[in-house]
Amino acid sequence: MIRKTIAAACLGTAVLAVAAPPASAQHLRIALREDPDILDPTLSRTYVGRIVYMGFCDKLFDINEQLQPVPQLATGFRWEDPQTLSISLRQGVRFHDGEIMDAEAVRYSLNRHLTLQGSFRRSEMGGVTAIEVVDPQTVRIRLDKPNASFLAALTDRAGMVLSPKAAEAAGRNFGNRPVCAGPMRFVERVAQERIVLERFPEYWDAGRVHLDRVTYLPIPDNTVRLANLQSGAVEFGERMEPDDLRAIQRNRNLRGVPVEELGYQGLTINIGNGARANTPMGRDARVRHAFELSLDRAAINQVVYEGMYTPTRQPVPPASAFHQKDFQPEPRDVNRARALLREAGFNQPVPVELLVPNNPDLRQAGEVIQAMAREGGFDVSIRASEFASALQGAVRGEFEVFLLGWSGRTDPDGNIYAFMHSTGGQNDGRYSNPEVDRLLEQARAEGDFEKRKDLYNQALQIALGRDHMRIYLWHRKNVMIHSARLSGYRPNPDGMIRLQDMRLN
Amino acid sequence: MWGWLLRRLGQILPTLLILSFMIFGLQQLMPGDPAVILAGEERGDPAVLAQIRAELRLDRPIWDQYLYWIGNVLQGDFGWSWRIRMPVSELILEKLPVTAQLATMAFIIAVLIGVPAGILSATHRDRPADWLANGIALSGISTPNFWLGIMMILLFSVQLGWLPPSGYVPLWEDPVQSLATTIMPAFVLGTGVAGVLMRHTRAAMLTALSQDYVRTARAKGLAEKVVIWKHALRNALIPVVTLGTIEFGRLLAGAVLTEQIFTIPGFGKLIVDAVFNRDYPVVQGVVLATALIFVVLSLIADLLYMAINPRLRAA
Repeated sequence: MIRKTIAAACLGTAVLAVAAPPASAQHLRIALREDPDILDPTLSRTYVGRIVYMGFCDKLFDINEQLQPVPQLATGFRWEDPQTLSISLRQGVRFHDGEIMDAEAVRYSLNRHLTLQGSFRRSEMGGVTAIEVVDPQTVRIRLDKPNASFLAALTDRAGMVLSPKAAEAAGRNFGNRPVCAGPMRFVERVAQERIVLERFPEYWDAGRVHLDRVTYLPIPDNTVRLANLQSGAVEFGERMEPDDLRAIQRNRNLRGVPVEELGYQGLTINIGNGARANTPMGRDARVRHAFELSLDRAAINQVVYEGMYTPTRQPVPPASAFHQKDFQPEPRDVNRARALLREAGFNQPVPVELLVPNNPDLRQAGEVIQAMAREGGFDVSIRASEFASALQGAVRGEFEVFLLGWSGRTDPDGNIYAFMHSTGGQNDGRYSNPEVDRLLEQARAEGDFEKRKDLYNQALQIALGRDHMRIYLWHRKNVMIHSARLSGYRPNPDGMIRLQDMRLN
Repeated sequence: MWGWLLRRLGQILPTLLILSFMIFGLQQLMPGDPAVILAGEERGDPAVLAQIRAELRLDRPIWDQYLYWIGNVLQGDFGWSWRIRMPVSELILEKLPVTAQLATMAFIIAVLIGVPAGILSATHRDRPADWLANGIALSGISTPNFWLGIMMILLFSVQLGWLPPSGYVPLWEDPVQSLATTIMPAFVLGTGVAGVLMRHTRAAMLTALSQDYVRTARAKGLAEKVVIWKHALRNALIPVVTLGTIEFGRLLAGAVLTEQIFTIPGFGKLIVDAVFNRDYPVVQGVVLATALIFVVLSLIADLLYMAINPRLRAA
């Protein structure tokens, strides 16, 4: 009886296995780390959503591997004056519903980003005073003041052009059936299960599209995401863990590609946000400096991330031309750290509470920081919190030091202004220095590369070199793993997966 | 009988209303402001936070929010997901068949393993078959789902390549693929429930086998098979059916960890994602739907109880 049951079970499993259909020749399955939010470029806010947009929603400009804007739906741009940007558009581009993409569609889309209730693009496009249709292939954008980072905004969701007809018809439900002008068109979405796209034959750059179908599968558990890659159930996994590269070393069917990202991980310090700012760390820059001197970023990186990430002291990643090469982390010096604490007049150990999002690698990083800081004269207690609660605590000032990351933007303004300017939306520690504010505003308006880079250098020297308002720790790497059958993938620091030129061999 | 049934049905609405009040009230205690999460990069801008709160009615008193929500629910409108802007009722209807399929498969596996093992264990008390069945039951109960799930994925998907490691295909789209994607999670869930069923079947069978009517049946010279299957088991099954219904309800409520591991887009995964994103309308809708399922299943359990035990009908 038992033998019969076992035999039947094995037979059943084998039947299921044999019956499993292979994916079609050019069907790419991509495992995502999270399920995206709404697929409406105006209303969405998640990083993972941007990865999916790359498949079906072209932008006015894309960015290349050197983080420079390159035309996509646009063919070029010209600053008529520091406040007026003229963009020429590609001819013969059609949306997935067959409508023509022209200047009127661009005007409609940009206006929608600016005015739709709940838009997350409004702040990215701040300063736009008018969007004018010059002719069917030219659009003119007027700004209230010069903004050198504005073009970079158009390389992301703010630059995505939607079919006005479809957007008007769908209203706020556009995200349930988005219509853009990308290489693939939207087929279906089953929340938390899959997003399916299929090739759009009338795509303006159809010669570079070889995939027939792309399915995005949210698989949050990293072990399971890797198992899917190893078993051939998916061909691409994004944002894998660094130690996955070692796990696939002997697997001839998989390739690992680590790409330095645009963002960073760092310690946000509460300097002026409510009562919790009244601590030695919040009050005295020497204490913050001492804390920084007690850390060995390279060692943390080695212990937690197998040395894969890049230790840093600044928010601008090495891939950016604005990266300040001379502004590197100071070597660990616990004696100097203790001397600084004595000079500041604090009894050792100085108590510090470190808020850490509750995930394994960051908790581990917190523990390494705790051990290192102890030798520098600090008594660090770790408070691990679920991310949403931690974020709320950060906004309300219910933290002393917060280990927090940022996915990063192509323009340095996107990594600095919101975090260091006294009015910045993500300046959770409420750091405020009029001199830094002035330099950041000047840098935002400055069109000359060298002058702009110098302004950022001056701001970083004050905010980080002197005030130690934050302690930047490392730039992460996006670890992409894909099937060896896949060719044409071009790694980019923004972590996006561009489908053009990709094919399964 | 009919009066009892009507009374039970009449209790459902007040029960759900009390539950809805509890769901809403407890949710307010959750840390993490939904407006802050939805504001994302603009979380430091009070104007943006105020705009989001006004749009979602989070700036109103709690009683006002509750009355607005429950008023809409009573009209069949569960609201919209704040995160993906889909109607919550649509999400529930989309996920319910997935969880129902998984729960049914898991339950079948549990019954096929648990009940025969319980009978075998009781009829072979303190003998190797009893020890073996007990060992299997205990390992089913005590093995963590996430561990068993990962091990099965590594064996059947990565090493042997027999089954897909995760995902889901609806039964009506491709029955074979659907079975292939759900068999592992159903087994993981089913073995846990099988252990519970086995223990209860064993205990109930041992009680039944020690009753006078069983002794009488044996004294009459009935075959042991008839004594066990016709006399003892029928009575022993009464508590097992009740327990089974409750366990089935628990499976339907969503197997959170198992659905997360196998990326099965059912109730469990829906509610976990909604809680982490503070997507209140989804949390409220799913919990209320789950409560309704539980209440209905509890009614079915009572009806089954009566069907098996005629004495209750008379009472």
